[in-house]
Amino acid sequence: MKQRAWAIAIFWAVLLVVLAWRAPGFFAFANIRDIAITNAPALIVALGMTVVIIAGEIDVSVGSQFAVASVIAGSLAKMGVPLPVTALLTATAGCLFGCVNGALVTALGVPSIVATLAAMAFWRELLRWITQGAWVQGLPANFQWMGMSQGWGEVAIVGAAAVLFTVMLWAMRHVQAGRAVYAVGSQRESARLAGIPVRAISFGVFTLLGAFTGLAAVLDAARFTEVQSSTGAGLELKAISAVVIGGTSITGGKGNVWGTLLGAGVLAVIAPALTFLSINAFWEKAIQGAIILSAIVLERLARSKSSAR
Amino acid sequence: MGENGAGKSTLIKVLTGAVQPDAGTVTLGGTAIQNNSPHRSRLLGITAIYQQPAIFPDLTVAENIALVNEVGGLARFIDWRLRRVKAKELLAEIGAEIDPERVAGTLSMPEQQLVEIAKALGGNVRALILDEPTASLTERETERLFGIIQRLRANGTGIIYISHRLEELRRIADRITVLRDGQAIETRAADGTDAATLIRLMAGRDLSVVFPKRAVAIGKAVLQVKGLTSAAAGIRDISFEVRAGEILGVAGLIGAGRTQLAETLFGLTPAESGSVWVAGRPVVIRNPEGAIRAGIAYVPEDRRRHGVVGELPVRANTTMAILRRIARGTVLQVAREVSVAENWVSRLSVKTDGIDAPVSSLSGGNQQKVAIARWLATEPKVLILDEPTQGIDVGAKAECHRIMCDLAESGMAIVMISSELAEILGMSDRVAVMRGGRMAGVMESAEANAESILALALGHA
Repeated sequence: MKQRAWAIAIFWAVLLVVLAWRAPGFFAFANIRDIAITNAPALIVALGMTVVIIAGEIDVSVGSQFAVASVIAGSLAKMGVPLPVTALLTATAGCLFGCVNGALVTALGVPSIVATLAAMAFWRELLRWITQGAWVQGLPANFQWMGMSQGWGEVAIVGAAAVLFTVMLWAMRHVQAGRAVYAVGSQRESARLAGIPVRAISFGVFTLLGAFTGLAAVLDAARFTEVQSSTGAGLELKAISAVVIGGTSITGGKGNVWGTLLGAGVLAVIAPALTFLSINAFWEKAIQGAIILSAIVLERLARSKSSAR
Repeated sequence: MGENGAGKSTLIKVLTGAVQPDAGTVTLGGTAIQNNSPHRSRLLGITAIYQQPAIFPDLTVAENIALVNEVGGLARFIDWRLRRVKAKELLAEIGAEIDPERVAGTLSMPEQQLVEIAKALGGNVRALILDEPTASLTERETERLFGIIQRLRANGTGIIYISHRLEELRRIADRITVLRDGQAIETRAADGTDAATLIRLMAGRDLSVVFPKRAVAIGKAVLQVKGLTSAAAGIRDISFEVRAGEILGVAGLIGAGRTQLAETLFGLTPAESGSVWVAGRPVVIRNPEGAIRAGIAYVPEDRRRHGVVGELPVRANTTMAILRRIARGTVLQVAREVSVAENWVSRLSVKTDGIDAPVSSLSGGNQQKVAIARWLATEPKVLILDEPTQGIDVGAKAECHRIMCDLAESGMAIVMISSELAEILGMSDRVAVMRGGRMAGVMESAEANAESILALALGHA
């Protein structure tokens, strides 16, 4: 855990020094602001994913959930539904997607990777079938930037992510359910013996992630004048990567949202940093992969060291 | 023969080469075996059938049989037809009607055991070791197994037969060796050796370990159990009571249903019939939460898997069963949690770098104390301890015993399941003995001794 935080900090430091030296333009306020706004929705999803992974589960369907939720949000907005209601309904839809995953995993006992893989294909194909690949275009002005000026809209998006981050940071430490998530992810049987409702916890983490995904979809859709049907593609990998890079154990029981913030930050700056350093963007995925791999190798090394004691 | 932990299983492992001896030799047919290994012993003709069938559940019966009997390297080709024919022959030989094509995991326990036997007969068998082979067999299958054993014996195969069933041994054994504490105590002719003698040989041990047991005033019955039955757990018609300040030791052989009894009381397996009273009130327990509410706490046997959560700090482990109590609404009160954790850490003198240290950094004995602390924090009326001192060092063990005495003194009713006779005799006010999922008997500590307990556990009272 500590080693991981250090590794990420060192990576950041090196990257920032290189950027300051070769491309000081990177630190322009406009650039940093753009990075923050583009990545705030993904961070929100990653926060929910952190809880799911700490509980010992995984959800690869968030990208598809995000797409469906975005289209729902866009369609509601076009129908003239007021923004707060749109946001609420979309988050509720996200909740329901999460409930489906939660039910498959807890009631039917389907392993979460399998259940959510099926959900991922199902939501994506259902959307394709209904929209026939069409975009939701001409979003009303009172939806874009949440009816505010672009500047305030941007503040609102980043602010929402910051609020959710703070809430999760506190809740995972100070709410009963947060503690229960750690216990279930770490030793399911032991948690059950301690009287913790393990199935309700598993169900709950998927629902929470769904709600966060729905909310992230609304915030993301508000940035544009249309919703693309391919939106959210690859979001699941981005969210899971951020969580894992942030030191949360992929087998559950260990981790926190600070790490996820760091992980999401690292992933967010790679692509723009490459642009500023005039390196071919093809390297982005390779570098991402290398970071994830080194994060996991570090965890292994740390674990073998602690178990050798 | 020998009681739990006498060293029977270890002996088999040494003979088959799974465990290397520190000294001594194993001789087969006059030649000492050098560099024994499971592979080598198998080639030489030493075959063991374990109590738990060691089958590959996803492979077919024929494949299971072939896996140990076909020779050749990993690159050899498989003759599937021959494999099936061979499996069929072997199964027919022991009179088992099992289709070689079936997936082994779908077989019942006795059927799996029969496949194990067929597997063993497939090779060249010069010494056959059977570890309680009849535990899961029916009468008819047992008879058939005895037939096979007689035939192998007539063909000159040496047989080691481990069993707790005296009447079986008297039927098929020529000589009986009793093991105790890892030593061969005595070998006698099976003819003319009676049950009492064997039990005395098994039990006769030095009980010089001193236990810190204190005499405590025994109060009213706290836990009363009447006719408790659970088919799922394999326990039937169990009745007993434990009084305030009393430690009830629960003895029995492995598989007698002791852990299952605890799990049923704690609501982990449903009970079909019977009733449970706690402090004079009838309680219905459907899940662990219900048990905790009723005032029952259960410290399970497998500390690492069911007890503590290694990744979480001592603090979180201590309060895991009382999250509701240290929370206001649903928000955990850190100050309250810290005080609960610190209180228990000091009361049980847990050696830790602090309440924020992960439990995995503690020694086994201290981990066990944390597991006990979690349950004491629920302020139970009844504390069930399953093998509380298994695998912890002598000092920590003595401390656990001291803690148990303190708790008894404070009026708690304690149920202590243990496979260690010395612990049962040293710590219990009364001793309950289980056998085959039933309560074989309950004795006052004055009547309880190694022999009387073993006699009940083996069913020769």
